[in-house]
Amino acid sequence: MALGWLVVLPFVAAALLALTTAHARALSTWIAFAAALFGLGLLLSERVGMATYGVMQWRHAWVPEIGLALSLRLDGLSFMFALLVLAIGLLVFIYARYYLAGSDTLPRLYLLLLLFMGAMLGVVLSNNLLLLVIFWELTSLVSFLLIGFWPARPDARRGARMALTITGAGGLALLAAVLLLGHVCGSFELDDVLAQTARIQHDPLFPAILLLTLFAAFTKSAQFPFQFWLPHAMSAPTPVSAYLHSATMVKAGIFLLARLYPVFEGTDWWAYSATLAGLVTLVGGASMALFQRDIKGLLAYSTISHLGLIVLLFGLDTQLSTVAALFHTVNHAVFKASLFMAAGIIDHETGTRDLGRLRGLAKYMPHTAVLAGVASLAMAGVPLLNGFLSKEMFFGETLAQGMFGPLNWAVPVIAIVAAALSVAYSLRFVWGVFFDGPAPRDLPHYPPHEPPRFMKLPVEILVVLCLLIGLFPQYTIGRLLESAAWFTLGGKVPAYSLSLWHGINTPLIMSVVSFAAGALLFFLRRDAFRHHRSLLSDMNASEGFDRLVQRLEKGAAVVVRVFETRSLPDYLSWMIAAMIVVPGTAFVALGAWGGDFVRLPIDPLTLCGLVLMALLAVGVVLVRAHTLYALVMLSTCGLLVTLAFARFSAPDLALTQVSVELVTVLLLVLAIYFLPNFQPDIEPIPTRVRNGALALAGGALFGSVAYQVMTRPPAEGIAPYFLAHALPGSGGHNVVNVILVDFRGFDTMVEVSVLVVAGLAVKALLRGLRLKAPDTGPGGLPWSSQSHPLLLAILARLMLPLTALVAVFVFLRGHNLPGGGFIASLILSIALLLQYVASGVLWAESRIRINYRALAGLGILVAATTGLGSLAFGQPFLTSAFGHLHLPLIGEIELSTAMLFDLGVLGAVVGTTLTIVSHLGVRDKDMQSVEKS
Amino acid sequence: MEAAFAAAIGVLCACGIYLLLCARVLPVILGITLFSYAINLFLLGMGRLATGKPPVIAAGAQYADPVPQALVLTAIVIGFAMTAFTVVLALRSLALTGSDHVDDQADRRGHAKPDGGETRGA
Repeated sequence: MALGWLVVLPFVAAALLALTTAHARALSTWIAFAAALFGLGLLLSERVGMATYGVMQWRHAWVPEIGLALSLRLDGLSFMFALLVLAIGLLVFIYARYYLAGSDTLPRLYLLLLLFMGAMLGVVLSNNLLLLVIFWELTSLVSFLLIGFWPARPDARRGARMALTITGAGGLALLAAVLLLGHVCGSFELDDVLAQTARIQHDPLFPAILLLTLFAAFTKSAQFPFQFWLPHAMSAPTPVSAYLHSATMVKAGIFLLARLYPVFEGTDWWAYSATLAGLVTLVGGASMALFQRDIKGLLAYSTISHLGLIVLLFGLDTQLSTVAALFHTVNHAVFKASLFMAAGIIDHETGTRDLGRLRGLAKYMPHTAVLAGVASLAMAGVPLLNGFLSKEMFFGETLAQGMFGPLNWAVPVIAIVAAALSVAYSLRFVWGVFFDGPAPRDLPHYPPHEPPRFMKLPVEILVVLCLLIGLFPQYTIGRLLESAAWFTLGGKVPAYSLSLWHGINTPLIMSVVSFAAGALLFFLRRDAFRHHRSLLSDMNASEGFDRLVQRLEKGAAVVVRVFETRSLPDYLSWMIAAMIVVPGTAFVALGAWGGDFVRLPIDPLTLCGLVLMALLAVGVVLVRAHTLYALVMLSTCGLLVTLAFARFSAPDLALTQVSVELVTVLLLVLAIYFLPNFQPDIEPIPTRVRNGALALAGGALFGSVAYQVMTRPPAEGIAPYFLAHALPGSGGHNVVNVILVDFRGFDTMVEVSVLVVAGLAVKALLRGLRLKAPDTGPGGLPWSSQSHPLLLAILARLMLPLTALVAVFVFLRGHNLPGGGFIASLILSIALLLQYVASGVLWAESRIRINYRALAGLGILVAATTGLGSLAFGQPFLTSAFGHLHLPLIGEIELSTAMLFDLGVLGAVVGTTLTIVSHLGVRDKDMQSVEKS
Repeated sequence: MEAAFAAAIGVLCACGIYLLLCARVLPVILGITLFSYAINLFLLGMGRLATGKPPVIAAGAQYADPVPQALVLTAIVIGFAMTAFTVVLALRSLALTGSDHVDDQADRRGHAKPDGGETRGA
């Protein structure tokens, strides 16, 4: 459980920080300190209670279906990395307090750093590989925010985008690798994976797993050819660089290599990929570092180079080289964090990081000069400091490897070259910044002075650590390293001695040679710089990246132009084509034509109706240019659909269809009044051919599918249940109505809500709509002078009470016979709408004073309240109750709560229908005004 | 009878799709309506065709499948709301652009210009 807290703690602190106001700098500082300190204490106290080679686990199921668990693990390896994350995190928090002193952005920085700390802890403590991927992606996301911390700066935005693209791609690769691993091992738990290394290595998927994992690690740890994002990430505030690029972000890739080392070790794929990438990165990074003008740029390329060294050590794939890799990981984190902080101090106190302008600062800031000097010497690998020890081990391993046959000698030589380069750039950093003549007076802040006391404290601690590890490696880091190596190597830790003096041996001689060569290179640097300009200026990978991104965007634009034509017919064509192709493929595979279900005998009348229906549909297509004729044909077709419903045992549908048909025609008549009377086609012939082909294919498919299904016996569905329970369960004979208002009442309620929402949307769309009424009717005929025929008006008024009575009748009988709320509401709507049509909107509105929107809302409310009512009786939502009532004259009437629900439906539908159509009708006020003028 | 019913569905569906793909507003609305006729008949057919067997409980009767009918009933009503919405959207578009084309003509002309500038992010 403590492990869980350890990971959660930074996130909790970040949440607390998010709650504090932006100006609470002091509070945010204390929250961040407390979180890091408490986390560190927790980690150490847990570790103290464990054996050197002990493992602590905590597991909590999360999504067991996919093998994802909140599964954490603390062992030697994860302890080493977690210690780096927390300890250097704490120092960076102290440092940031002074770096951003007086700035309101400090709480935001702490918030993001805490999130990052939590994500990193998650990465190193995960025992479930899927969980690890989640945290891994989280580090990419938070690093995007951290690198782009000053969003107003274009270089920060560019650096952040680049880092996110590269490390995000790596995250995807890692996800793929982990999924493959899980596929091979049958589990995502690290224990299970590490226990099956032989099986994984013999699986045909092994190369894919390895390459994807290496891709992820190389992008995160800035290995060639993905190194270029790291220098651009230097636009982040220096505390961020000190944290992300020494101990955490870039070390996540290293951690991944160490964690999965048992899976990959001993294979050629692993050895050659890691060795070659490491070698190129080691030398390339070191040579680029020498030529940087920006001190943070120098440190960035030096980081790339040192990461290359660590990857190379993993690739050499001897047990001792792996120990050296872990050792150098710690050493690099310690000295590089202190160097970044020193660079930040210089920037902070002088206002520049330009090596061309900085000079002679030792006189003004001697304390900082000593600290940065010692840390630089550690980076150069000078004896008595920690960098020296891991470099000696590295030299020893380059001599011991035998991967390249006759070219074996090249590896130690390249190692010496890289070491010489690192000596040269370290000298350049120290000499260029702190000596090399008096400080120029044109520094942005002149004269420079020492930073606040406590800003140097983290640097001092780290520099002292460099010295202590360098002098007494066995006492300081021996146990930590041994335990980490034990878990990386799966218990096969070789004998090695951590000590300063091993006697005069080849590695020592190599060191001496590299110091001499490095010093020489430093003195000859002006010549080297000239060659650099002619040779290396074109080797800017980030420009290649930008070109790649631009090309991708252009390619994407081409694809977009094909699909995104901003044309509704085109979009619909794609959708309809997909609708035809996907089910069509499965359908064709079905083979047999027609099933053996008993066919209905053909009766001539029905056949005529169906033929007429089809002919009318074709007619609509043919006369589509003449709006009024098309409309008449469409509504006639609709009436035949009604008859088809009636014929095929669906009386409720027939009643619904016929009433909806009337309302729809009314609506369309109102609409075509404003549209052109004659609408010739505007699309070119090829488009019409395409549309025709799609239409024929779609029609053929739908018809065939319908035939295939209807000629096969139905599956035993839910229908028997409904038929059996309608009467005993709900007291209704009309099963369709019972389903609507009782069994599936909740669905109906939601559907009616959709209806009401559509009505409100129509109302909103009509607000302020001004349309010019046409001067003449179809065929250029003048409008009738008698806008409201008297006969129609009188009849409509007479019809209203009668129709309302029919609606009540249909409503009441709905539970037992065809009818119900939907149909009754449509009948009532038609009767009301007839008043609008016959006597005009102004006349109708002055007499029918119903707020239709309120009515629709009330309907929903009644339906919902009915449903809630059943809760009061301890029944589930929308449970119905019923009873029978005997009324004189009328006879037996069944009353049920479902009827109340149906009443709600009625209100909602009447309200919506009239909201829509009567407001469309309001336009004819405009028509009148147009007519009169 | 099944074959005739299926053929009618196919014709309605084809006509609906053709109108749906037209470039003017009114044919599209007519197409939606025709297409929903076809779909509703199709759904009814999924319960198998039956004559004289309405799903109303009576002594010793046989019944057609009530489930597709319940589905289609709400579909008809919602289809009306959908049609109404499309109609009003078309009228609004007519008022704003003065055209009854489903594609914004000015927009299409602007898009035809050979530039990819707007695809660049940030």
